[in-house]
Amino acid sequence: MVAFIVRRLLILPIILFGVTVFVFGVFSFLDPVMRASLYVRDVPKTTDALQRIIAKYGLDDPIHIQYWRWINQVVRGNFGWSKTAQRPVLQAIGHYLPATLELALWAMIPVIFIGIWLGILSALHHNRALDHTTRVFALVGWSFPSFVYGLLLLMVFYAMLQWFAPGRISDWVIREVIAGTFIQHTGMYTLDAILNGRLDVFGDALRHLVMPVITLSYIQWALLLRVTRSSMLETLRQEYVITARAKGLKERVVVYKHAARNAMIPVATMGGLLLIGLLNGVIITETVFNYPGLGRMAATAATQLDILTVLGITLFSSVLLVFGNLAVDILYAVIDPRIRLE
Amino acid sequence: MKTVKRLLKNPLSLTGLVLLLFFVGVAIAAPWLAPPARSWEPYRVAQHGFAPTPAPPGVDNPLLGIWQVATGQAKLAQVRPFGTTEGQYDIYYGVVWGTRTAFKVGLYITGACVLIGLVVGSIAAYFGRWVGEIVMRITDVFMAFPFLVAAVTVAAVLQPVIGRGVVTAMVALICFGWMTYSRLIRGDILAVKERDYVLAARAAGAGHLRILVRHILPNAIFPTMVVASMDIGSYVISFAALSFLGLGAEVGYADWGQILSFARAWIPRLNQYWWIILYPSLAMLLFVLAWNLVGDALRDILDPRLRGRITV
Repeated sequence: MVAFIVRRLLILPIILFGVTVFVFGVFSFLDPVMRASLYVRDVPKTTDALQRIIAKYGLDDPIHIQYWRWINQVVRGNFGWSKTAQRPVLQAIGHYLPATLELALWAMIPVIFIGIWLGILSALHHNRALDHTTRVFALVGWSFPSFVYGLLLLMVFYAMLQWFAPGRISDWVIREVIAGTFIQHTGMYTLDAILNGRLDVFGDALRHLVMPVITLSYIQWALLLRVTRSSMLETLRQEYVITARAKGLKERVVVYKHAARNAMIPVATMGGLLLIGLLNGVIITETVFNYPGLGRMAATAATQLDILTVLGITLFSSVLLVFGNLAVDILYAVIDPRIRLE
Repeated sequence: MKTVKRLLKNPLSLTGLVLLLFFVGVAIAAPWLAPPARSWEPYRVAQHGFAPTPAPPGVDNPLLGIWQVATGQAKLAQVRPFGTTEGQYDIYYGVVWGTRTAFKVGLYITGACVLIGLVVGSIAAYFGRWVGEIVMRITDVFMAFPFLVAAVTVAAVLQPVIGRGVVTAMVALICFGWMTYSRLIRGDILAVKERDYVLAARAAGAGHLRILVRHILPNAIFPTMVVASMDIGSYVISFAALSFLGLGAEVGYADWGQILSFARAWIPRLNQYWWIILYPSLAMLLFVLAWNLVGDALRDILDPRLRGRITV
């Protein structure tokens, strides 16, 4: 196992280096004039002034020198200035991160537990009504583009029924935050509401979270359910499960202790895919529901050609993904006895 | 032939095939179903004036309206079978011609991704250890990016260079779509490479390119093609998502995601303007469902171990 993890850790810097090279490569695809325009706030009066800016910041230097200069700043946390957020990019990411984190946590925790549970149930009821129902549920989740059912949810539950609302929180909560009667500890409204002992704020935050959470997590449900189901079906046919049954163990013990634990090994590898789905999904979900998080920030910045912000978020999310995948691989090595006992 | 028979027997895949055929029919018949006002740019959605509020369908029965338009009994501007968006873009026209866009986008993106994957995967598998190692690490770097986030980035950077449009979004998606195929094809070539007939070809003095193209690829390409055919639906979704975000097709282009993006401005009153989202989203749902139904059945028939890919 140690050898496996060490090998994995050795690749890590190579991948991270490649990621930064790619991001910088995309950036230097723009010509020096365009790049200069990303950094200056006032329009230069003469072409001469523009040339001076390009010369001053070395935007015409050989590419590896520019990369070196850029990576030095990035490592120190300087991603540049975000025009859409009107603050440095890293600060903007920090500002919008809690909202996205709150959304992601509310989406993922039920998905992981209930998705796996439903997958197991579906496998136990193979080819019966429950199995067919969950499969159709998964297939529809697979085929529906998330922004389409996001819009449909908005049409029914916001425009027609007025049950839930887009956005993140009602104005009266924001007024309380400004007035100081509601203290933000974490930036996540549901958690802060509990810390402040305010049920009304908790309810309001939840009212705004229901629809984006459904939109973000439907495809994840579908994915996890399908993988758990097929893995469980395969495990239930293994000989050690038959042995366990022959020993006269209770069905519950056979299913959850002998079969499910082994069936979880391939499911654990889905961790990386779930994270990718989450990072992709927040862009769409937050844009549809006007939910002020990293995803909406990225989409807005992209349409307004605020390249530095987009690149910052891409770099941030891909580094997150690289480490997430590393964590999944290590987890895999720990839970799979075939690798653990290597 | 056996595969086709099994596809036709399964009720789910049969539904998928019928739906696909229906969409193929719509795409082919687009010039008759929705006659373009300007024949030289049929992908520009017909516009009935410039009024800012969406207009409702002009007929109670959309099917009857479609019949009248298709047979030339009435003008599209009066009938408006599916209503219009803000700026009076005709939704029916957009949905019909959007079918062509969907097919085009899905096939082009998948084709380009498979082609790149084929070249990269062949190089990695066929030529020595070092080349293979370097090429696969580069593939790993591309896989380190979340697909849609990366596509949004590339689209944003390409916009000031080549402008907003279908091509920009397609290039952005192709940039991050080829990796799965290169990995697949590499694995399959590695399996085929050691076979006796390859050795025989080498002994007979065939060059690298000839061995690769004539002897190895035909025997290794099949699984990749199956996976690619199942991915077409998901690329259509991703492209529509980019259009919806404002990074894909330009305003007024016949594309389902682009029409749906008009709904963003009317969210609090969607109960009143339901037609903006109902028809394009129905078209998209059925289209993707059709590909997935066929793909699912294909996978079960051909190889139960191949897994689908995640889309948004």
